[in-house]
Amino acid sequence: MSVQGGRVGRRLVVAVPYLWLLLFFLVPFVIVLKISFSEVRLAMPPYAPLLEWTGDRLAAIRINFENYSYLFTDPLYVSAYLYSLKVAAVSTVLCLLIGYPMAYAIARAPGTWRSVLLMLVILPFWTSFLLRVYAWIGLLRNNGLINNALMALGIIDEPITMMQTDFAVYVGIVYAYLPFMILPLYANLEKHDPMLLEAAADLGARPITAFLRITLPLSVPGIVAGSLLVFIPAVGEFVIPSLLGGADQLMIGRVLWDEFFSNRDWPVASAVAIVMLLLLVVPIMLFQRFERRELEERA
Amino acid sequence: MNIAARSLWPGAAVILLLLTACGGGSQPPAGSAGEQAGASAQGAADEEKVVNVYNWSDYIDESVVAEFEKEFGIRVNYDVFDSNEVLETRLLAGNTGYDVVVPSASFLERQIKAGVFQKLDKSQLPNLQHLDPQLVERVALHDPGNEHSVIYLWGTTGLGYNVDQIRKRMPDAPLQSWRLLYDPEVAKNFADCGISVLDAPSEVIGTVLMHLGKDPNSEEQADLEAAEKVLMAIRPYVRYVHSSRYIDDLANGEICLALGWSGDVLQARDRAREAGRGVTVGYSIPQEGTIVFFDMLAIPADAPHPRNAHLFINFLQRPEIAARNSSAVNFATPNTAAWPLVAESVRNDPIVYPPQEVLAKLQPDLAESPRFTRQLTRTWTRFRTGK
Repeated sequence: MSVQGGRVGRRLVVAVPYLWLLLFFLVPFVIVLKISFSEVRLAMPPYAPLLEWTGDRLAAIRINFENYSYLFTDPLYVSAYLYSLKVAAVSTVLCLLIGYPMAYAIARAPGTWRSVLLMLVILPFWTSFLLRVYAWIGLLRNNGLINNALMALGIIDEPITMMQTDFAVYVGIVYAYLPFMILPLYANLEKHDPMLLEAAADLGARPITAFLRITLPLSVPGIVAGSLLVFIPAVGEFVIPSLLGGADQLMIGRVLWDEFFSNRDWPVASAVAIVMLLLLVVPIMLFQRFERRELEERA
Repeated sequence: MNIAARSLWPGAAVILLLLTACGGGSQPPAGSAGEQAGASAQGAADEEKVVNVYNWSDYIDESVVAEFEKEFGIRVNYDVFDSNEVLETRLLAGNTGYDVVVPSASFLERQIKAGVFQKLDKSQLPNLQHLDPQLVERVALHDPGNEHSVIYLWGTTGLGYNVDQIRKRMPDAPLQSWRLLYDPEVAKNFADCGISVLDAPSEVIGTVLMHLGKDPNSEEQADLEAAEKVLMAIRPYVRYVHSSRYIDDLANGEICLALGWSGDVLQARDRAREAGRGVTVGYSIPQEGTIVFFDMLAIPADAPHPRNAHLFINFLQRPEIAARNSSAVNFATPNTAAWPLVAESVRNDPIVYPPQEVLAKLQPDLAESPRFTRQLTRTWTRFRTGK
């Protein structure tokens, strides 16, 4: 009896995340997919239904692939996708380069310090994301804190234009997503057994060799997790480029906004969203395969 | 001001809106909008004491809402937006829950065709008698017979500039002409102190066409190409394309020339004065003429409290209330009885209330056809990205 009860309970527990995914991922996805096959119409909502009753109890299904083929007729979309991927990739690498030493230092800090340092990483989340991005405007603009300080110190005579440049976008993205890199890396590094490094030292390995051959390989799962947490939201980033960036580079988020709001073309907007989703699902699947292999190797 | 609109992460926005659109499947078809207005007027006695208003940011005298609540015992849920596109997308998704919305006339024109609005019950709006017939006739271009909407406030699209910075760089700058912005030989002088352009494709291209002496609402391919050529020629000198950032930047000297909306530039002028850092902001309506925009009060077909919405619209057209709003936000009211009551500095400001000869040169921004929208947006994207 009790064994069976446990099984039912386990199934229920497993059902919860599936139900969650079904409701909040699959259903919206199917709706967006449906609209992406539809046609624009001046009505509420502004697209034609896929299924239309034609009178004699006959339903006509009109599936329109044009919205997808359209994305390839105009180089705008492909270049926006590529640029988004580039921005996300560069930001991820920068986050890793900055985040890894920080996570390493926190993991090695004495116990009492560790919680304080972790707190400092999480602390920015207590203020609105939007306000933090706005704060960067105050720092970066011509009349802003950084330029004024540099001019007061006599290092520069003319303000350096930093706002509305790619530089500002990278600063914003790296700043905003750095905690997502540090936290999984810390969780991984903290678990490493210090004895391994001691053993390496005893065997004559210099610290740099020990790091490259022991710590780094062991922390790969942390690197992958942190990179995905930065890369995925960065691809679709809209707020940071629109507040800090210039107009000359288009990320896919802005293209989506334009299709949806300026062109009033929900079907093409949906097609853009679906393609973006596919671009993101591929790295997640790669990650899962990687994790599975890792588990198998251990077993 | 623009925080709310810009913060929409587009992916989330799409999914949210699509979800609401889906829930809206049970909505009445466009044709029944009119009958609904009549039906709701009868059932008004038992209407909840609430009205949900969705207006532009910084676009009302703040005491007006409280006064309405006090007088009618109706609670006002007052919400704001800063772009016509955001409002339109929400309206087209349906089920917004709003009773009064304020789209610009060119957007309203298309929304009426999509069946978004109900016809107004004019018997509940006695204050419409005060409206200037000349202006009412102008907006009938967008809303035939003025059946669905009432002008709230109106203004112009023109050039805002930092007087000293412009003079310093070009003493004989053509301040009263579109050449100030659209002639690359002139505009290049101001590249270093910063130029901004509104992110409003149809309106901005309309002003370029007026600079070229063409019809601002032309849908000729050749005209659009000519306009694009002008825009691309000045693109290297434009710092950014945005519809509200320029207010602050003009006021604190971050930029020196902006294609902007009259009331917003005047707001920048006032802020610069208050800051007292020696920035003087000017505004001009170019002599070639410009685009006039009307922001229209309208009631969505699915508004939950249409009777309260009528009360609110009628209240806004009460002369002393209309005058207070105009004085507070530096845009013009169409209410003739309100004019003598508007603060003198605003009433006598030819920027807010242009004289007859300037009025004659103002042209509407008509809604473009759906086919043309995509070409327009594409041209706009090329301009914005500069390639």
